[in-house]
Amino acid sequence: MIEQIWQVAYIFAALSIIGSIKWLSSPATARQGVMAGQVGMLFAVVGTLLRAEVVDYQWILISIFIGAAIGAPLAYLMPMTAVPQLTALSHAFGALAAALVGTAEYYRQTPTGFTMTALVIETVLGYLTFTASIMAFGKLQEIVPTRPITYKGQNFVNIALLIFAVALGVWMIVEPAPSWVFPTFTGLSLLFGVLLIIPIGGGDMPTVIALLNSYAGAACAAMGFALSNRLLIIAGALNAASGFILSVIMCKAMNRSFLNVLFGAFGQVQEGASTAMSTKPVHSATAEDAAAIMAGARKIIVVPGYGMAVAQAQHKLRELTDALTKRGVEVRFAIHPVAGRMPGHMNVLLAEADIPYDKMHEMEEINPDFAEADVALVIGANDVVNPAARHDTASPIFGMPILDVDKAHTVMVIKRSMNPGFAGIDNELYYMDRTLMLFGDAKSFVSDIVKELPAT
Amino acid sequence: MTTETEMSLYVLILAVPLGLQLVQRVSPLLHTPLMSLTNAISAISVVGAILVAGAQGATKLSQVLGCVAVVASTINIVSGFLITDRMLKMFRKKDK
Repeated sequence: MIEQIWQVAYIFAALSIIGSIKWLSSPATARQGVMAGQVGMLFAVVGTLLRAEVVDYQWILISIFIGAAIGAPLAYLMPMTAVPQLTALSHAFGALAAALVGTAEYYRQTPTGFTMTALVIETVLGYLTFTASIMAFGKLQEIVPTRPITYKGQNFVNIALLIFAVALGVWMIVEPAPSWVFPTFTGLSLLFGVLLIIPIGGGDMPTVIALLNSYAGAACAAMGFALSNRLLIIAGALNAASGFILSVIMCKAMNRSFLNVLFGAFGQVQEGASTAMSTKPVHSATAEDAAAIMAGARKIIVVPGYGMAVAQAQHKLRELTDALTKRGVEVRFAIHPVAGRMPGHMNVLLAEADIPYDKMHEMEEINPDFAEADVALVIGANDVVNPAARHDTASPIFGMPILDVDKAHTVMVIKRSMNPGFAGIDNELYYMDRTLMLFGDAKSFVSDIVKELPAT
Repeated sequence: MTTETEMSLYVLILAVPLGLQLVQRVSPLLHTPLMSLTNAISAISVVGAILVAGAQGATKLSQVLGCVAVVASTINIVSGFLITDRMLKMFRKKDK
């Protein structure tokens, strides 16, 4: 009986993990979800340590201790703007673990048939996710250039490499004797991960991180098949499904397909579409003007973009929200799915600034309300509020769902200068008669507006 | 196909739609915590790492690979859960 206790532990672990994602669906129960996840992990680890196969504890416990000693400070020291980097780094470690286990299993038992197939999938996904996540981390941290790096015949090279790796994989399944094939296969997988990320621009990182999340889960599920461990299959499948859904959401929010993200090299300098309008006049306004209009408004919708986070303006924005709310003005936040560097990132950044989550609204939910808004305040967002996406078929962002800021009574845009944004696309919103351009640093401008608000 | 494999395939067939269902219900508000939580959960590959590292008669190679894998997945587990909780603590509904 006691030998079977790990099986009971695994069943509890699987239940806890399923519960943990279920509880995460609402902010009210979300922390309970994390607790369930931790309990599930504890069951899994303790259950495994109790298995009869495990005889050597010393090094395992030391390794767990080292891992925890590195992981904990990582989680506490990273600022919230850096959560995407941390997630990418975490993916890298998780995928590396899966790949190393696959490698060790290969050399231990040189399996055949189905087990070998699972092992090959686990190893290729593990190694390519490892290097791809390191590259994604580099791009997000801006150690590696964020612009897409492309060369002629790139897609051909990548596809040829992938086909070669798959061919080696198939060969090993048919003829699994240890030889030069496995190391070569490992090398190709590692290289493919790097080449996969190189042509992808910084703006596409939300999709890429979600996709890597999915790969890491798939590697884990494949490991479950290789080891006949159903707990791993369940956890891996949940994770793969989650990453997949998130990357589909991200692609939809940018009106692009998977293939386009992976091979499209978006974010290069766009030719032609941009510069035509830039000589047109704009209306600029001072903090005093903006404060007067806001004080007289009833409904204000704020549209934050990643530029707001770069300027660290979220705490000042909270002060402005408080001051306006006190005067009876309704202030809400409209959040585009790709605002920020990973899915839902903007919500975290606003929550950190103590903005209550019931004031944050998704795009579909709040778009009809712009027509009734007295002021739409755009801070650090550009492409996601560009009306060209609705009607200009020549625009590179045509078809992308946007926030209907231009329907508001008055539009205010806080911006450093008239330089076009990341994608190099000019924004016709800035030239509308109802638009006031507020030139300056987002943080100091918002704080000036707070100061200029007329006394109640 | 062995019974073991067949069972595993059934588990996969059930787990994937369950995952899709569960995740679709998560509000976009919490997509970042969702990702870091599932990220931590995927590090359950620590189970495989422990089995490799601690197995009876393990070679030096699989011991080393296994232990590195345990370190890597523990980093993933610990940082994943802690950052998720740190983020969720910040989400609150009304003004104080």
